[in-house]
Amino acid sequence: MALKGNLRDFGIVQLLNLINLARKTGMLRVEQDTKSAQLAFREGKLIHATVNGAGSQLAEALRRSGVITEKQASAIQSRAGERSDRELGLLLVNAGYVSQGDISKSMRSYFLENIYPLFTWSEGSFRFESGAQTDDGVITVPIDLENVIVEGTRRLEQWERLQDELPDLDVSLKFADRPRANLRDINLNVEEWRVISFINPRNTIRQIADYNNMGDFQIRKIVYGLLQAGLVEIVRPESKKPEGLEAARRVPAKRQRPDVKRNVIMRLIDRIREL
Amino acid sequence: MRTVKIVVTGPFSSGKTQFIQTISEIDVVETERRITRPEERIKDETTVAMDFGRITVDEDLVLYLFGTPGQRRFDFMWEVLSEGMLGFVVLLDSVRPETFREARDILGTFRAYAPVPYIVAANKQDLTDAWSPEDLRIALRIPPIVKMVPCVATERRSVKQVLLELLYSILDVMDEET
Repeated sequence: MALKGNLRDFGIVQLLNLINLARKTGMLRVEQDTKSAQLAFREGKLIHATVNGAGSQLAEALRRSGVITEKQASAIQSRAGERSDRELGLLLVNAGYVSQGDISKSMRSYFLENIYPLFTWSEGSFRFESGAQTDDGVITVPIDLENVIVEGTRRLEQWERLQDELPDLDVSLKFADRPRANLRDINLNVEEWRVISFINPRNTIRQIADYNNMGDFQIRKIVYGLLQAGLVEIVRPESKKPEGLEAARRVPAKRQRPDVKRNVIMRLIDRIREL
Repeated sequence: MRTVKIVVTGPFSSGKTQFIQTISEIDVVETERRITRPEERIKDETTVAMDFGRITVDEDLVLYLFGTPGQRRFDFMWEVLSEGMLGFVVLLDSVRPETFREARDILGTFRAYAPVPYIVAANKQDLTDAWSPEDLRIALRIPPIVKMVPCVATERRSVKQVLLELLYSILDVMDEET
Protein backbone atom coordinates (compact mmCIF):
# COMPACT_ATOMS: atom_id res chain seq x y z
CA MET A 1 0.00 0.00 0.00
CA ALA A 2 1.29 3.44 -0.94
CA LEU A 3 1.45 6.45 1.35
CA LYS A 4 0.64 9.53 -0.68
CA GLY A 5 0.30 13.16 0.17
CA ASN A 6 1.85 16.57 0.10
CA LEU A 7 4.73 17.86 2.19
CA ARG A 8 2.57 20.88 2.97
CA ASP A 9 0.40 18.65 5.16
CA PHE A 10 2.90 16.03 6.17
CA GLY A 11 6.46 17.32 6.09
CA ILE A 12 9.68 15.51 5.32
CA VAL A 13 10.62 15.32 9.01
CA GLN A 14 7.28 13.69 9.82
CA LEU A 15 7.71 11.28 6.90
CA LEU A 16 11.23 10.26 7.90
CA ASN A 17 10.11 9.90 11.47
CA LEU A 18 7.27 7.64 10.42
CA ILE A 19 9.57 5.52 8.25
CA ASN A 20 12.08 5.30 11.08
CA LEU A 21 9.61 4.45 13.84
CA ALA A 22 7.66 1.96 11.74
CA ARG A 23 10.94 0.47 10.45
CA LYS A 24 9.57 0.68 6.95
CA THR A 25 11.11 -0.78 3.80
CA GLY A 26 10.28 0.86 0.50
CA MET A 27 10.81 3.76 -1.85
CA LEU A 28 9.80 7.36 -1.23
CA ARG A 29 9.40 9.64 -4.22
CA VAL A 30 9.05 13.37 -3.62
CA GLU A 31 8.34 15.91 -6.34
CA GLN A 32 8.33 19.69 -6.23
CA ASP A 33 7.87 21.66 -9.44
CA THR A 34 10.63 20.36 -11.71
CA LYS A 35 12.63 18.78 -8.90
CA SER A 36 12.30 15.24 -7.67
CA ALA A 37 14.01 12.92 -5.25
CA GLN A 38 13.85 9.21 -4.73
CA LEU A 39 14.86 7.72 -1.42
CA ALA A 40 15.13 4.04 -0.58
CA PHE A 41 14.75 2.62 2.91
CA ARG A 42 15.33 -0.76 4.45
CA GLU A 43 13.90 -1.53 7.88
CA GLY A 44 13.74 2.13 8.78
CA LYS A 45 17.21 3.07 7.53
CA LEU A 46 18.01 5.23 4.52
CA ILE A 47 19.97 3.11 2.05
CA HIS A 48 19.96 5.18 -1.15
CA ALA A 49 19.05 8.67 -2.33
CA THR A 50 18.94 10.22 -5.78
CA VAL A 51 17.80 13.63 -6.95
CA ASN A 52 16.33 14.54 -10.32
CA GLY A 53 16.65 10.99 -11.63
CA ALA A 54 20.46 10.96 -11.55
CA GLY A 55 21.87 7.84 -13.19
CA SER A 56 25.28 6.48 -12.26
CA GLN A 57 26.40 8.13 -9.04
CA LEU A 58 29.58 6.42 -7.97
CA ALA A 59 32.07 8.56 -9.92
CA GLU A 60 30.38 11.78 -8.83
CA ALA A 61 30.26 10.63 -5.20
CA LEU A 62 33.96 9.75 -5.23
CA ARG A 63 34.78 13.09 -6.85
CA ARG A 64 32.75 15.08 -4.34
CA SER A 65 34.53 13.31 -1.50
CA GLY A 66 37.90 14.16 -3.03
CA VAL A 67 38.84 10.49 -3.49
CA ILE A 68 39.31 11.05 -7.22
CA THR A 69 39.81 14.16 -9.31
CA GLU A 70 37.30 15.68 -11.68
CA LYS A 71 39.30 14.38 -14.63
CA GLN A 72 39.36 10.88 -13.20
CA ALA A 73 35.63 11.06 -12.56
CA SER A 74 34.99 12.02 -16.19
CA ALA A 75 37.21 9.22 -17.39
CA ILE A 76 35.41 6.68 -15.20
CA GLN A 77 32.02 7.89 -16.34
CA SER A 78 32.94 7.77 -20.01
CA ARG A 79 34.32 4.26 -19.71
CA ALA A 80 31.59 2.91 -17.45
CA GLY A 81 29.31 2.08 -20.36
CA GLU A 82 26.33 0.03 -19.24
CA ARG A 83 27.97 -1.05 -16.00
CA SER A 84 26.02 -0.51 -12.83
CA ASP A 85 27.52 1.39 -9.91
CA ARG A 86 27.98 -1.88 -8.07
CA GLU A 87 29.93 -3.43 -10.96
CA LEU A 88 31.92 -0.26 -11.43
CA GLY A 89 32.75 -0.16 -7.73
CA LEU A 90 34.01 -3.75 -7.82
CA LEU A 91 36.21 -2.97 -10.80
CA LEU A 92 37.70 0.08 -9.10
CA VAL A 93 38.34 -1.80 -5.86
CA ASN A 94 39.84 -4.81 -7.67
CA ALA A 95 42.06 -2.50 -9.70
CA GLY A 96 43.24 -0.90 -6.47
CA TYR A 97 42.11 2.63 -7.35
CA VAL A 98 39.84 2.97 -4.35
CA SER A 99 39.01 0.96 -1.27
CA GLN A 100 35.64 -0.41 -0.27
CA GLY A 101 35.75 2.05 2.62
CA ASP A 102 36.23 4.95 0.20
CA ILE A 103 33.13 3.87 -1.69
CA SER A 104 30.98 3.42 1.42
CA LYS A 105 32.07 6.75 2.86
CA SER A 106 31.63 8.62 -0.41
CA MET A 107 28.21 7.16 -1.13
CA ARG A 108 27.09 7.87 2.42
CA SER A 109 28.04 11.55 2.10
CA TYR A 110 26.50 11.68 -1.35
CA PHE A 111 23.17 10.29 -0.11
CA LEU A 112 23.17 12.69 2.83
CA GLU A 113 23.86 15.68 0.58
CA ASN A 114 20.93 14.54 -1.56
CA ILE A 115 18.51 14.22 1.32
CA TYR A 116 19.28 17.38 3.31
CA PRO A 117 17.92 19.82 0.72
CA LEU A 118 14.55 18.05 1.03
CA PHE A 119 14.20 19.53 4.50
CA THR A 120 13.69 22.93 2.87
CA TRP A 121 10.82 21.70 0.70
CA SER A 122 7.72 23.04 2.34
CA GLU A 123 5.53 21.48 -0.30
CA GLY A 124 5.65 18.85 -2.98
CA SER A 125 3.87 15.60 -3.58
CA PHE A 126 5.20 12.42 -2.08
CA ARG A 127 4.48 8.76 -2.48
CA PHE A 128 5.92 5.97 -0.39
CA GLU A 129 5.69 2.53 -1.97
CA SER A 130 5.99 0.04 0.81
CA GLY A 131 8.17 -2.95 0.03
CA ALA A 132 9.63 -1.48 -3.18
CA GLN A 133 13.35 -2.14 -3.62
CA THR A 134 16.24 -0.43 -5.39
CA ASP A 135 17.71 -1.92 -8.56
CA ASP A 136 20.26 -4.65 -7.94
CA GLY A 137 23.04 -2.61 -9.50
CA VAL A 138 22.96 0.37 -7.16
CA ILE A 139 25.23 0.71 -4.16
CA THR A 140 23.36 0.95 -0.88
CA VAL A 141 24.67 2.18 2.45
CA PRO A 142 22.48 1.90 5.56
CA ILE A 143 22.19 5.22 7.40
CA ASP A 144 20.32 5.74 10.67
CA LEU A 145 17.50 8.21 10.24
CA GLU A 146 17.68 9.73 13.73
CA ASN A 147 20.90 11.56 12.90
CA VAL A 148 19.60 12.52 9.48
CA ILE A 149 16.54 14.12 11.08
CA VAL A 150 18.60 15.99 13.66
CA GLU A 151 21.15 17.25 11.14
CA GLY A 152 18.46 18.07 8.56
CA THR A 153 16.54 20.13 11.06
CA ARG A 154 19.70 21.99 12.08
CA ARG A 155 20.47 22.73 8.43
CA LEU A 156 16.92 23.89 7.89
CA GLU A 157 17.43 26.58 10.51
CA GLN A 158 20.74 27.54 8.91
CA TRP A 159 19.05 27.45 5.50
CA GLU A 160 16.34 29.82 6.64
CA ARG A 161 18.96 32.28 7.85
CA LEU A 162 20.89 32.03 4.56
CA GLN A 163 17.73 32.49 2.57
CA ASP A 164 17.00 35.67 4.48
CA GLU A 165 20.51 36.93 3.75
CA LEU A 166 20.56 35.87 0.11
CA PRO A 167 16.97 35.47 -1.06
CA ASP A 168 17.52 35.64 -4.82
CA LEU A 169 19.83 33.31 -6.74
CA ASP A 170 19.05 34.93 -10.08
CA VAL A 171 21.44 37.78 -9.48
CA SER A 172 25.10 37.88 -10.56
CA LEU A 173 28.32 38.47 -8.69
CA LYS A 174 31.38 40.55 -9.43
CA PHE A 175 34.64 40.91 -7.61
CA ALA A 176 34.56 43.80 -5.20
CA ASP A 177 36.33 46.93 -6.45
CA ARG A 178 38.25 47.26 -3.25
CA PRO A 179 38.15 43.94 -1.51
CA ARG A 180 38.86 44.19 2.16
CA ALA A 181 41.14 41.21 1.75
CA ASN A 182 43.54 40.06 -0.92
CA LEU A 183 42.61 36.80 -2.63
CA ARG A 184 46.15 35.49 -2.23
CA ASP A 185 45.92 35.76 1.51
CA ILE A 186 42.66 33.91 1.79
CA ASN A 187 42.38 30.19 2.24
CA LEU A 188 39.58 28.94 0.05
CA ASN A 189 38.53 25.33 -0.26
CA VAL A 190 38.06 23.57 -3.58
CA GLU A 191 34.34 24.28 -3.74
CA GLU A 192 34.87 27.97 -3.05
CA TRP A 193 37.52 28.19 -5.75
CA ARG A 194 35.15 26.55 -8.19
CA VAL A 195 32.58 29.23 -7.47
CA ILE A 196 35.20 31.99 -7.68
CA SER A 197 36.27 30.75 -11.11
CA PHE A 198 32.78 31.40 -12.48
CA ILE A 199 32.26 34.84 -10.99
CA ASN A 200 31.30 37.16 -13.77
CA PRO A 201 28.43 39.64 -14.03
CA ARG A 202 27.02 37.52 -16.87
CA ASN A 203 26.66 34.41 -14.71
CA THR A 204 23.85 34.30 -12.18
CA ILE A 205 24.44 32.56 -8.87
CA ARG A 206 22.00 29.89 -9.97
CA GLN A 207 23.99 29.26 -13.16
CA ILE A 208 27.20 28.99 -11.17
CA ALA A 209 25.50 26.43 -8.95
CA ASP A 210 24.32 24.49 -12.00
CA TYR A 211 27.77 24.49 -13.63
CA ASN A 212 29.23 23.11 -10.42
CA ASN A 213 26.44 20.67 -9.60
CA MET A 214 25.78 22.46 -6.31
CA GLY A 215 22.51 22.58 -4.48
CA ASP A 216 20.83 25.80 -3.32
CA PHE A 217 22.06 25.34 0.24
CA GLN A 218 25.68 24.82 -0.75
CA ILE A 219 25.87 27.74 -3.19
CA ARG A 220 24.14 30.08 -0.74
CA LYS A 221 26.56 29.11 1.99
CA ILE A 222 29.61 29.71 -0.22
CA VAL A 223 28.36 32.98 -1.72
CA TYR A 224 27.32 34.25 1.69
CA GLY A 225 30.84 33.58 2.95
CA LEU A 226 32.41 35.36 -0.02
CA LEU A 227 30.07 38.33 0.44
CA GLN A 228 30.83 38.51 4.15
CA ALA A 229 34.55 38.41 3.39
CA GLY A 230 34.08 41.40 1.10
CA LEU A 231 35.47 39.52 -1.89
CA VAL A 232 32.43 39.79 -4.10
CA GLU A 233 29.43 42.03 -4.58
CA ILE A 234 25.98 41.34 -5.91
CA VAL A 235 25.11 42.69 -9.35
CA ARG A 236 21.46 42.97 -10.26
CA PRO A 237 20.95 42.63 -14.02
CA GLU A 238 19.17 45.66 -15.48
CA SER A 239 16.75 43.45 -17.33
CA LYS A 240 15.65 41.91 -14.09
CA LYS A 241 12.31 43.33 -13.17
CA PRO A 242 10.90 43.35 -9.68
CA GLU A 243 8.00 41.12 -10.64
CA GLY A 244 10.49 38.32 -11.33
CA LEU A 245 10.30 37.26 -7.73
CA GLU A 246 6.56 37.19 -7.81
CA ALA A 247 6.56 35.14 -11.00
CA ALA A 248 8.83 32.61 -9.37
CA ARG A 249 6.05 31.63 -7.03
CA ARG A 250 4.79 29.31 -9.72
CA VAL A 251 1.07 29.80 -9.82
CA PRO A 252 -0.43 26.93 -11.78
CA ALA A 253 -0.92 27.80 -15.43
CA LYS A 254 -4.48 28.86 -16.07
CA ARG A 255 -6.43 26.55 -18.26
CA GLN A 256 -8.93 27.55 -20.82
CA ARG A 257 -12.61 27.31 -20.05
CA PRO A 258 -14.26 24.44 -21.95
CA ASP A 259 -15.86 25.42 -25.20
CA VAL A 260 -19.54 25.13 -24.34
CA LYS A 261 -22.40 26.82 -26.18
CA ARG A 262 -25.14 28.78 -24.46
CA ASN A 263 -27.78 26.26 -25.44
CA VAL A 264 -25.92 23.51 -23.53
CA ILE A 265 -26.20 25.57 -20.35
CA MET A 266 -29.86 26.26 -21.04
CA ARG A 267 -30.52 22.52 -21.44
CA LEU A 268 -28.74 21.86 -18.15
CA ILE A 269 -30.87 24.51 -16.41
CA ASP A 270 -34.09 23.07 -17.78
CA ARG A 271 -33.14 19.57 -16.71
CA ILE A 272 -32.19 20.57 -13.18
CA ARG A 273 -35.38 22.54 -12.78
CA GLU A 274 -37.29 19.37 -13.65
CA LEU A 275 -35.59 17.26 -11.00
CA MET B 1 -22.58 12.14 -26.51
CA ARG B 2 -21.48 15.40 -24.93
CA THR B 3 -20.45 15.35 -21.28
CA VAL B 4 -19.91 18.40 -19.10
CA LYS B 5 -18.53 18.62 -15.60
CA ILE B 6 -19.11 20.61 -12.46
CA VAL B 7 -16.77 20.22 -9.50
CA VAL B 8 -17.99 20.36 -5.91
CA THR B 9 -15.22 21.25 -3.54
CA GLY B 10 -14.79 22.45 0.01
CA PRO B 11 -13.07 21.57 3.26
CA PHE B 12 -13.17 18.23 4.98
CA SER B 13 -16.67 17.28 6.14
CA SER B 14 -18.39 20.21 4.45
CA GLY B 15 -20.97 17.92 2.85
CA LYS B 16 -19.68 17.40 -0.68
CA THR B 17 -20.52 13.70 -0.84
CA GLN B 18 -24.02 14.34 0.52
CA PHE B 19 -24.52 17.19 -1.95
CA ILE B 20 -23.80 14.93 -4.92
CA GLN B 21 -25.77 12.01 -3.50
CA THR B 22 -28.82 14.19 -3.11
CA ILE B 23 -29.00 15.20 -6.76
CA SER B 24 -27.31 12.38 -8.66
CA GLU B 25 -29.51 10.01 -10.64
CA ILE B 26 -27.09 7.19 -10.08
CA ASP B 27 -25.72 5.86 -6.85
CA VAL B 28 -22.74 8.05 -6.22
CA VAL B 29 -19.47 6.32 -6.91
CA GLU B 30 -17.82 6.94 -3.58
CA THR B 31 -14.23 6.40 -2.66
CA GLU B 32 -14.60 6.75 1.07
CA ARG B 33 -12.21 5.35 3.60
CA ARG B 34 -12.28 5.09 7.33
CA ILE B 35 -10.66 8.06 8.99
CA THR B 36 -7.42 7.34 10.76
CA ARG B 37 -6.36 10.76 12.09
CA PRO B 38 -7.77 11.46 15.54
CA GLU B 39 -8.20 15.16 14.81
CA GLU B 40 -10.40 14.38 11.82
CA ARG B 41 -12.64 11.97 13.64
CA ILE B 42 -15.72 14.07 13.37
CA LYS B 43 -17.11 11.52 10.95
CA ASP B 44 -16.30 7.88 10.36
CA GLU B 45 -15.38 7.98 6.70
CA THR B 46 -13.99 10.50 4.26
CA THR B 47 -13.50 10.80 0.52
CA VAL B 48 -9.94 10.04 -0.48
CA ALA B 49 -10.11 10.28 -4.28
CA MET B 50 -13.40 11.69 -5.48
CA ASP B 51 -17.15 11.31 -5.55
CA PHE B 52 -18.84 10.96 -8.85
CA GLY B 53 -22.49 11.66 -9.70
CA ARG B 54 -24.45 11.99 -12.93
CA ILE B 55 -27.44 13.90 -14.24
CA THR B 56 -28.60 12.88 -17.72
CA VAL B 57 -30.02 15.83 -19.61
CA ASP B 58 -30.98 13.97 -22.76
CA GLU B 59 -29.49 11.35 -25.01
CA ASP B 60 -26.87 13.83 -26.19
CA LEU B 61 -25.86 15.54 -22.98
CA VAL B 62 -24.79 14.34 -19.54
CA LEU B 63 -23.70 16.42 -16.55
CA TYR B 64 -21.15 14.86 -14.26
CA LEU B 65 -20.64 16.07 -10.73
CA PHE B 66 -17.24 15.50 -9.17
CA GLY B 67 -16.65 15.90 -5.46
CA THR B 68 -13.09 16.55 -4.38
CA PRO B 69 -11.44 14.76 -1.47
CA GLY B 70 -11.97 16.73 1.72
CA GLN B 71 -8.70 16.07 3.49
CA ARG B 72 -5.86 18.29 2.33
CA ARG B 73 -3.37 15.47 2.14
CA PHE B 74 -5.23 14.21 -0.92
CA ASP B 75 -5.28 17.55 -2.67
CA PHE B 76 -3.00 16.33 -5.44
CA MET B 77 -6.29 15.12 -6.99
CA TRP B 78 -7.78 18.58 -7.25
CA GLU B 79 -6.01 19.75 -10.35
CA VAL B 80 -6.90 16.52 -12.12
CA LEU B 81 -10.56 16.89 -11.19
CA SER B 82 -10.68 20.54 -12.22
CA GLU B 83 -9.60 19.80 -15.79
CA GLY B 84 -12.35 20.87 -18.21
CA MET B 85 -14.88 21.88 -15.58
CA LEU B 86 -17.74 24.26 -16.49
CA GLY B 87 -17.63 25.81 -13.07
CA PHE B 88 -17.32 24.84 -9.44
CA VAL B 89 -19.18 25.01 -6.15
CA VAL B 90 -17.29 25.69 -2.94
CA LEU B 91 -19.23 24.16 -0.05
CA LEU B 92 -18.71 25.70 3.36
CA ASP B 93 -19.34 23.96 6.63
CA SER B 94 -21.34 26.75 8.24
CA VAL B 95 -21.00 25.34 11.73
CA ARG B 96 -17.25 24.83 11.84
CA PRO B 97 -15.34 28.10 11.78
CA GLU B 98 -12.07 26.23 12.07
CA THR B 99 -12.54 25.19 8.42
CA PHE B 100 -13.07 28.69 7.04
CA ARG B 101 -9.42 29.44 6.43
CA GLU B 102 -9.07 26.17 4.59
CA ALA B 103 -12.15 27.01 2.53
CA ARG B 104 -10.51 30.26 1.48
CA ASP B 105 -7.37 28.39 0.47
CA ILE B 106 -9.41 25.88 -1.52
CA LEU B 107 -11.28 28.67 -3.25
CA GLY B 108 -8.02 30.41 -4.17
CA THR B 109 -6.53 27.18 -5.47
CA PHE B 110 -9.48 26.38 -7.70
CA ARG B 111 -9.63 29.92 -9.03
CA ALA B 112 -6.00 29.50 -10.04
CA TYR B 113 -6.72 26.23 -11.83
CA ALA B 114 -9.18 27.60 -14.35
CA PRO B 115 -10.95 30.90 -15.13
CA VAL B 116 -14.43 29.44 -14.71
CA PRO B 117 -17.44 30.77 -12.81
CA TYR B 118 -18.00 29.53 -9.28
CA ILE B 119 -20.33 30.05 -6.37
CA VAL B 120 -20.00 29.57 -2.64
CA ALA B 121 -22.68 27.53 -0.88
CA ALA B 122 -23.08 27.85 2.88
CA ASN B 123 -24.03 24.29 3.80
CA LYS B 124 -25.66 22.96 6.97
CA GLN B 125 -27.92 25.99 7.22
CA ASP B 126 -30.51 23.77 8.93
CA LEU B 127 -28.29 23.45 12.01
CA THR B 128 -28.79 25.83 14.89
CA ASP B 129 -25.16 26.88 15.15
CA ALA B 130 -24.83 27.70 11.44
CA TRP B 131 -23.25 31.03 10.55
CA SER B 132 -25.45 32.98 8.17
CA PRO B 133 -24.32 33.35 4.53
CA GLU B 134 -23.85 37.07 5.15
CA ASP B 135 -21.58 36.50 8.12
CA LEU B 136 -19.70 33.87 6.16
CA ARG B 137 -19.14 36.28 3.30
CA ILE B 138 -17.49 38.69 5.72
CA ALA B 139 -15.58 36.01 7.58
CA LEU B 140 -14.16 34.53 4.38
CA ARG B 141 -13.80 37.89 2.61
CA ILE B 142 -15.84 36.67 -0.37
CA PRO B 143 -16.20 39.58 -2.84
CA PRO B 144 -19.75 40.85 -3.42
CA ILE B 145 -19.55 39.84 -7.05
CA VAL B 146 -19.37 36.17 -6.05
CA LYS B 147 -22.68 34.49 -5.31
CA MET B 148 -23.05 33.12 -1.80
CA VAL B 149 -26.11 30.90 -1.40
CA PRO B 150 -27.52 29.04 1.59
CA CYS B 151 -27.58 25.27 1.29
CA VAL B 152 -28.80 22.14 3.01
CA ALA B 153 -27.08 19.33 1.17
CA THR B 154 -29.60 16.73 2.34
CA GLU B 155 -32.45 18.58 0.57
CA ARG B 156 -32.80 18.17 -3.17
CA ARG B 157 -34.52 21.53 -3.59
CA SER B 158 -31.61 23.29 -1.96
CA VAL B 159 -28.98 21.43 -3.99
CA LYS B 160 -30.91 22.15 -7.19
CA GLN B 161 -30.90 25.84 -6.32
CA VAL B 162 -27.13 25.86 -5.81
CA LEU B 163 -26.53 24.21 -9.17
CA LEU B 164 -28.99 26.52 -10.90
CA GLU B 165 -27.29 29.57 -9.41
CA LEU B 166 -23.96 28.32 -10.73
CA LEU B 167 -25.44 27.73 -14.18
CA TYR B 168 -26.97 31.23 -14.15
CA SER B 169 -23.53 32.62 -13.33
CA ILE B 170 -22.06 30.68 -16.25
CA LEU B 171 -24.75 32.15 -18.52
CA ASP B 172 -24.00 35.65 -17.21
CA VAL B 173 -20.32 35.23 -18.02
CA MET B 174 -21.17 33.96 -21.50
CA ASP B 175 -23.46 36.93 -22.07
CA GLU B 176 -20.77 39.35 -20.92
CA GLU B 177 -18.29 37.82 -23.32
CA THR B 178 -20.54 38.10 -26.38
